[in-house]
Amino acid sequence: MRESLERVWEMVRKEFLQIFREPRLRRMIFVAPIIQLVVFGYAVSTDIRQTSTFVVDHDRTSASRELMDAFVASGYFRVVGRSDRPADLVSALDHGDAIVGVEIPRGFATALRDGSGAHVQILLDGTNSNTATVAKGYAERIVQSYAAQVSPVPVQAPIDLRERAWYNPDLASRNYNVPAVVGAIILLVCLLLTSLAIVREREIGTLEQLMVSPLTPGELIAGKTIPFAIIGLVDLAVVTTVALVWFEVPFEGSVFLLVVASILFLLSGLGVGLFISTISNTQQEAFMSSFLIFQPTMLLSGFMFPVSSMPDLFQWLTLLNPLRHYLEIVRGIFLKGAGLADLWSQYLALLVMGSVILWFASTRFRKRIG
Amino acid sequence: MVNINRLLAISRKEVIQLRRDTRSLTLAFLLPMFLLILFGYAITWDVKHIPAAVVDQDRSARSRELIDAFRASGYFTLTTWPERTSEIAPLLDRGEVQMALVIPPDFEADLGAGRPASLQAIVDGSDANTATIILAYTQAIVQSYSTGLQVQGVPFRPPVSAQSRVWYNEELSSRNMIVPGLIAVIMMIIAAMLTSLTIAREWERGTMEQLAATPVSRTEVVLGKLLPYLAIGLVDVVIASGLGVALFGVPFRGDPFLLMMLAFFFLTGALGLGMFISAVARSQLLATQMAMLATFLPAFLLSGFMYAIDVMPKPLQAITFLIPARYFLVVTRGIFLKGVHIEVLRVQGLLMVVFAVVGLLLAIRVFKKEIS
Repeated sequence: MRESLERVWEMVRKEFLQIFREPRLRRMIFVAPIIQLVVFGYAVSTDIRQTSTFVVDHDRTSASRELMDAFVASGYFRVVGRSDRPADLVSALDHGDAIVGVEIPRGFATALRDGSGAHVQILLDGTNSNTATVAKGYAERIVQSYAAQVSPVPVQAPIDLRERAWYNPDLASRNYNVPAVVGAIILLVCLLLTSLAIVREREIGTLEQLMVSPLTPGELIAGKTIPFAIIGLVDLAVVTTVALVWFEVPFEGSVFLLVVASILFLLSGLGVGLFISTISNTQQEAFMSSFLIFQPTMLLSGFMFPVSSMPDLFQWLTLLNPLRHYLEIVRGIFLKGAGLADLWSQYLALLVMGSVILWFASTRFRKRIG
Repeated sequence: MVNINRLLAISRKEVIQLRRDTRSLTLAFLLPMFLLILFGYAITWDVKHIPAAVVDQDRSARSRELIDAFRASGYFTLTTWPERTSEIAPLLDRGEVQMALVIPPDFEADLGAGRPASLQAIVDGSDANTATIILAYTQAIVQSYSTGLQVQGVPFRPPVSAQSRVWYNEELSSRNMIVPGLIAVIMMIIAAMLTSLTIAREWERGTMEQLAATPVSRTEVVLGKLLPYLAIGLVDVVIASGLGVALFGVPFRGDPFLLMMLAFFFLTGALGLGMFISAVARSQLLATQMAMLATFLPAFLLSGFMYAIDVMPKPLQAITFLIPARYFLVVTRGIFLKGVHIEVLRVQGLLMVVFAVVGLLLAIRVFKKEIS
């Protein structure tokens, strides 16, 4: 037993030496998390700010100007052009110079004063459906609250709707995206690096040398996967630290539970990485296979696209995706402070899937080298 | 200077090689369809069937009316009916519902007396985007239910009514936004992956030097190698557009000829870039990795394909100006959804030509240097 542990330890040491000697691998380990954090912290944002807006004001009164001031003051809209010809608005939307158009008809101020009901036309470029949906909601809300302010008779809506957003009161998409980067990084490290590391040995023929050494196949698998599990956990620490310190994402839950979930998730990731190594003869093939598995795993995990909007069939499919369960845990722990009572089914799913995948991959791996 | 016969001979050799390379060929045709079906069918940003809980403490005719209005909207699936508000927190914590509506006990009484009745909506804000949209839907439903209700003896009518109209994508479906954009992404993948797979292999095996030893000029090599991939890419555009229109009902309002023409230039540039990368990398593995980083990821994340460029920080916005897919996306969306003509797309069209020329020059230059 002790000798076995020693052999695995030597193997892990050798593996680390190799990883840090190869500049390309070093880059992948350290640069990939940084790029992903920058992209998902900054570029990938579904928030609406400063949406380019074109104004056609036929009324030209202080009331119509006040309304537009309310749009700008909200911070959601930015006026990029004004005109009194509707044709200019059409052209601005066609060219993509503006995404929102506001048309205030003549008689707006009068209708507002005598209470006969004023109208405002809001035109939206729907090509980006998400921006348009959100901008439409904000624009309508701004018009309503402006109306309530200026109406001569006190307006009291019959229903007083109070909204509260829990867990993320500012509704910042960053808080949702940044913690999830952990999942993407761990998956990438496991799939790509594990399979590349094994296939490289096969390519240069050192795998045979390892097989004639006293290492048992189980020790070989352990020695090959443990280094990447450690790298995955280091990446977890890096991403979590950056998320908390730089992006100021709230962390409500337990660190211990997060680490446990990550270890369970690593089982699946390393299993798939090991599996890829058994079906690839060259590093090039391993890279392509990793990519072809990584891509749908990400798309069908709820990482960027909500699972609840998928068709039922695909929602069922995502239950077989370990990343889906892991992301639910990560986001639950970061934002909701959820505990084992809320997340036990996800933990169970990760444990079961991880064991099955790892067992299946090891069996194939043993057969392949045996 | 360029001999057409020699150029075509190179192309023919490339086609023969490609035909034998089933893996690359499958990738070239199956990957676009796979992505299109995944994006067109499974993945959407449209928010519908939101699982919601309703705490109806009033249990009156009015409260049932309001609940029916939520149900009839089609946006919500009312799954749970807790008795007490304290049961909401665990439901949201476990993610079983994304929204909870609380109707307080005197809802009907308040409305009957002409007092404003209060109503509470709690959303799970962790997914900010979905939450924002849920809140907008909730407001719209409450607003339209309120219109016509009596307040202090007068029927409620908002003093200003906003009439919103959405152009180009009237039903605001994310599919209409994604499919035209996907064409740009697919072409970037094809260009990057195929060239790095097949051209880097020639470098790896050393057959590129043999090619250089023949009387063929570099320009002929580059153009000859490019032609078959150009054909594959253009066929992919036709397949993707056809599937998008026929299977997913994405509108096609513009000129198909204009789309093909601009796609031709864009693809030429992308292929040139791919060949440049393969020549610099010289190994298939490195070339695919570099191509991923240099073409696929930016086209996916920084082109405005999914995420609006307007809201990115300024330095990142500056980077997006260097990403050709950004301009091509304006072209595909413009032609598919807006039905615009070349007058509107003049700038983008010009940039496509510039990209094609730059891509070709890069490829030819690097070949000259590398071979000699």
